[in-house]
Amino acid sequence: MNILTNPKKLRGFERHIKVDNVSRRSILKGLGLAGGFVLAAPVMSRPGFAAYQTGADKMPHGVVVDPRVFVSVASDGTVTILAHRAEMGTGVRTSLPMIVAEEMEADWSRVRVQQAPGDEVKFGNQDTDGSRSTRHYLMPMRQIGASARTMLETAAAKRWGVPATEVKAVNHEVVHNASGRRIGFGDLAADAAKGAVPSVEGLKLKDPKDFRYLGKGAIGIVDLRDITVGTARYGADVRLPGMKYAVIARPPVTGGKVVSFEGSEAMKVSGVEKVMEVKGWPWPSKFQPLGGVAVIARNTGAAIKGRDALKIVWDDGPNGKYDSVAYRAELEGAARKPGLVVRKEGDVDAALKSADKVIVGEYYLPHHAHVAMEPPVAVADVKGDRAEIWAPVQSAGGTREDVATTLGIPQENVTVNVTLLGGGFGRKSKCDFALEAALLSKELGAPVKVQWTREDDIRNGFLHTVSVERIEAGIDKNGKVTAWRHRSVAPSIASTFAAGALHQAPFELGMGLVDMPFEIANVQCENPEAAAHTRIGWFRSVSNIPRAFAVQSMVGEIAHATKRDQKDMLLELIGAPRIVKLDSVKDLWNYGEPYDSYPIDRARLRKVVEFVADKGGWGRSVPKGHGLGIAVHRSFVSYIATIVEVAVDEKGKLTVPRVDTAIDCGTYVNPERIQAQMEGAVIMGMSFAKTGEITFKDGKVQQGNFDDFPVLRIDESPAVTNVYIVPPGPDTPPSGVGEPGVPPVAPALINAIFAATGKRIRALPIGKQLEA
Amino acid sequence: MITMKINGQQKNWDGDPDLPLLWFLRDESGLTGTKYGCGQALCGACTVIVDKQATRACITSVSDVVGREVTTIEGLHPTGDHAVQKAWRQLNVPQCGFCQVGQIMQAAALLMENPKPTHDQIREAMAGNICRCGTYQRVENAVRLASTGV
Repeated sequence: MNILTNPKKLRGFERHIKVDNVSRRSILKGLGLAGGFVLAAPVMSRPGFAAYQTGADKMPHGVVVDPRVFVSVASDGTVTILAHRAEMGTGVRTSLPMIVAEEMEADWSRVRVQQAPGDEVKFGNQDTDGSRSTRHYLMPMRQIGASARTMLETAAAKRWGVPATEVKAVNHEVVHNASGRRIGFGDLAADAAKGAVPSVEGLKLKDPKDFRYLGKGAIGIVDLRDITVGTARYGADVRLPGMKYAVIARPPVTGGKVVSFEGSEAMKVSGVEKVMEVKGWPWPSKFQPLGGVAVIARNTGAAIKGRDALKIVWDDGPNGKYDSVAYRAELEGAARKPGLVVRKEGDVDAALKSADKVIVGEYYLPHHAHVAMEPPVAVADVKGDRAEIWAPVQSAGGTREDVATTLGIPQENVTVNVTLLGGGFGRKSKCDFALEAALLSKELGAPVKVQWTREDDIRNGFLHTVSVERIEAGIDKNGKVTAWRHRSVAPSIASTFAAGALHQAPFELGMGLVDMPFEIANVQCENPEAAAHTRIGWFRSVSNIPRAFAVQSMVGEIAHATKRDQKDMLLELIGAPRIVKLDSVKDLWNYGEPYDSYPIDRARLRKVVEFVADKGGWGRSVPKGHGLGIAVHRSFVSYIATIVEVAVDEKGKLTVPRVDTAIDCGTYVNPERIQAQMEGAVIMGMSFAKTGEITFKDGKVQQGNFDDFPVLRIDESPAVTNVYIVPPGPDTPPSGVGEPGVPPVAPALINAIFAATGKRIRALPIGKQLEA
Repeated sequence: MITMKINGQQKNWDGDPDLPLLWFLRDESGLTGTKYGCGQALCGACTVIVDKQATRACITSVSDVVGREVTTIEGLHPTGDHAVQKAWRQLNVPQCGFCQVGQIMQAAALLMENPKPTHDQIREAMAGNICRCGTYQRVENAVRLASTGV
């Protein structure tokens, strides 16, 4: 396959909106593995080579393809493979090492996975976000495995004095067929380590038909047993000798600060040892701590009780009037006026004017909190100019940089140990909690664990943006859609990095706004201004959630207005199976990928709709009070279509008897985890649709825990969720899995509710709207 | 001095008698299998078994368990092979895994009380345990598997 790179400069979705230090070098340390660490050698970064081009090399520190960095073979044959990406539930800690094991012909039962610390010079980019791990690392991990296999084969051939072409690695041994000799990986390890690392270009990769692990889904996650017996180690489970426990009272309003505080009552609480102010940064400051007052204690319970006894006077700062009711009206006002044009084809004004019918939909999605089951937590041990961190962070390398900057010490002196993440969803891409622990440890001269309570998590996080999406569709007298104007108004994630960001960034506009895939003659996308009043951050699927909700709801509205079947309407709008050309979009952001490798392909979009319609029984007859809804969305360069069946009783009680979802994520590694991600995406999508809402009054978040910010529970979950994976074409590159399942869920559900009840819901969450 | 029995072992505590059991387990006793998720008995991540009852350790104080038998995940089964744990592994239930200990303890308590729960009974009993990754379908199937062997 020969895919050319896109000459256009593509924008990254990385943590570095301003990349300020990408040329750093650091002293490289050994991995400190126990036992015979024999493939280890000086680190050498080499460019990745792939049959298809990805955006991996555009990420900070790019890709490192070197078996000596990622693989070691002990003399007893144990193969240790490093996982350099964070595990937050997607299964990546299993999937990437599995790719290496596959190519090196290692026996999975003799493979150990070890988590790499934060060191991007050594390991390449470690930002575990953007649903990128498999698509950026399938080929590099295959190359690393093939490289290790070649080194073992070369060592065996040399020992036997036969040509390397006559030997072959098979299941943890190298075999010489002609003589019947065989030798285990462990016995070859020392010799292999002395050999040269083969050039990436000359590597022979396995024929996919010989794969034992890839694409099979037969291997459970490496942490499965530990999780079920309680020994899996998350950030909160790290314990160090002499460690103090801290909780922090943070400003209730974003940008607020401590005026004064009184800690004497807190000091009276049994187990409390100290009350102290924590340094805060002005808003916005990327991921820097908010500041506040910390209570240090001998256990977390005492620290929480002590914090309850604090008396603090706050200065609320510039956001003290943030009010969600007023802000929604502001967004709606902005959405009804022209805004910055970010995509334009044809003449949308003229086409709307001459349309036979114009349908207008205004869709509202409020702020939403990640509420990963493990609230933010970190342990830090700072001694002099050295710091060691243990934390559930998605971005190990970024955390290392930020800890170094915050403490004013060299990065080489910072070790970031990545624990398992008890959920991430984008929240743990921001390492503020680790920075707090580092600051406190430095002050106290002791190891410190900072534990966020659930209330802290909900009130002091980086929320999903709040948005109004307004779509006007013009329809001619034949029922054909001739005009499409979409205005998207939402405070941008960029506002967390720099003051005064009023427009959404290319990486937000590219998530379902300017990349709208329908074949319509007159299209205009606009982005009116919106100012942020709290910290806005990435949330699994990001802007795709409001966009898919709006666009796919509008498809349902058009289908109804033109008396068409939803699925037929959807396919008509998608149009002919061609690649979408988006020449009118400046700075098109394609999830950081070259457009030639990962174009918007209407054929794949159609296929995933047809696939789910076929497998999921679209058009089946359903009982009275039930309805079917469908939605499709491309995000993270994958294609997902979902059908939801709802039942709404006469009191407005909503249940979901069945969900069918189909994913086309190209070439895939672990179908069992893809299925798990899709099942989970349905639950998270339903939480967005049904209940989740964060609101502000007087600048403060009004919710605090799972009672007033409910998320979906098992008794509300679908009776059945079926997942179908579209078989990939022979050369289809891998694409995202962790995030793209979420966006189609809410609109499919909303379209199903309309089918069941005739009620069109345009503001989420549904809440009590069906009871009216 | 408060004396408790945790996983068959006697534990003493001479600090705040109102300290939530959760923090006594995690911070004072090193039994970190039991997780903090909400602090208000809303999510079930901290579920332990007190006598035979599933109990939220975050709102149970150490003084509440005097004279009672507390079982945490570390004491559920000597080799980690309780029927619920085995079913969990067989169906690959966990994603991030953080809530799963609480789910497993809740399921184990349910099966002690009701060895053959129906679909609705499973959903009702497990409704206090939140999984943000959304593993509910597999949770339900694993509880059924543990109860019936199929």
